[in-house]
Amino acid sequence: MAESNTDVAVKPKEPTFAFGKKERQLITDPFNDNNPITIQVLGICSALAVTTLVLPSVVMSIAVVFVISFSALIISLLRNSIPKQVRMIVQLVVIAALVTVVELVLKAASYDVYKQLSVFIGLIITNCIVMGRLEAFSMANRPWRSFLDGLGNGLGYGAILIIIAVVREVFGKGSLLGWQIIGNTDDYMINTATSWMFGWYANNNLMVLPAAAMFIVGIIIWVQRSMYPRLVDAS
Amino acid sequence: MLDIFLKAAFIENMVLAYFLGMCSYLAVSKTVKTAVGLGLAVIFVLSITMPINWLISTYLLEPTTSVLSGIMGQETDLTFLRFILFIAVIASMVQLVEMIIEKSSPALYVSLGIFLPLITVNCAILGGSLFMVAREYNFAESLAFGIGSGFGWFLAIIAIAAIREKLRYSAIPPALRGLGIAFILTGLMGIAFMSLMGIDPGNIIPQK
Repeated sequence: MAESNTDVAVKPKEPTFAFGKKERQLITDPFNDNNPITIQVLGICSALAVTTLVLPSVVMSIAVVFVISFSALIISLLRNSIPKQVRMIVQLVVIAALVTVVELVLKAASYDVYKQLSVFIGLIITNCIVMGRLEAFSMANRPWRSFLDGLGNGLGYGAILIIIAVVREVFGKGSLLGWQIIGNTDDYMINTATSWMFGWYANNNLMVLPAAAMFIVGIIIWVQRSMYPRLVDAS
Repeated sequence: MLDIFLKAAFIENMVLAYFLGMCSYLAVSKTVKTAVGLGLAVIFVLSITMPINWLISTYLLEPTTSVLSGIMGQETDLTFLRFILFIAVIASMVQLVEMIIEKSSPALYVSLGIFLPLITVNCAILGGSLFMVAREYNFAESLAFGIGSGFGWFLAIIAIAAIREKLRYSAIPPALRGLGIAFILTGLMGIAFMSLMGIDPGNIIPQK
């Protein structure tokens, strides 16, 4: 009799495998089904401003992945001891501390990229994805799962960021990661082997404008929702 | 001061030139009423947090002007604490605004829902403070910048809410409805506001 009572009261704990099916889903879902930028509408601010060149976007994605995964891990470890009223402040302090670490590391490692990213490193704190995933997932889930969820969302964000940046840099400047791949109309022939590709492309200055990033995201959303009709906004 | 206000509100609009504050901008702009409420709250928060952040940054963090440097007798550089202190100030101010709105206008409080506390993580607010630090404004300039950028954000969200209200009766392809068209709209508005680029508000009042 006592045994059946305890059976009802104590639900058996769900087993966690390091890379079980659910865990893998946490990483793959945010690429398409639950993409932070195109489906959840989070993290858009920094996505647009840094994507003029690919290199800052890659650095930004790495920074965001680091911040999301480790803050998700830390908050998940602390989740049972945070009082409800100060929940947001605790989350913000954890995120701010991690972002400060990222900023100092970046400042030391690559000052040029740091100057290019300027305020947007600090703005990772207010990146809605970080807060959003902390509130929605880490406050209610176990550490390893929260870490993977943060990792997945960060990578999904990074994927979109790099797509936008590649389009903007290739069409807006003719270069990729700093290497000129499409010659501009006012470039000299650097060597005869590659002279055929120089001198014909006039930079698409629309791509350099921040507004272009909005158009590109709109088109990505359009393509994504046409390819997967289940993602169409029912409202 | 007026030229900083004009610049922040129109020429370097927080939303349409720098694309900060997009998350709540896109999420709350479905009707003009909620947009007005959120916009006013953002103006208030920005105008108050900007001067406070300036005071903290100048008198606590910066090595040359810090009060702590005077006390310790040597230059103490606490600028690495900037993010944490700024966000703490913003969080407390937003809590204050939330309490005020709850008392004075419960209907607005209910209609804004989760987005009122989400002003804390609105990129525009922290971004404004970081811009103020990067551009090394003085106190009066930071106040003007705060009110100006708040007003610019308010303007932008009202504009897109009005357009989206009208868009509800248009025939947009299903895959583009809602979010997709909002992005493209914002891009177009950004280009429209670029027409203001190059105006130097400092010269509006002609020198005799």
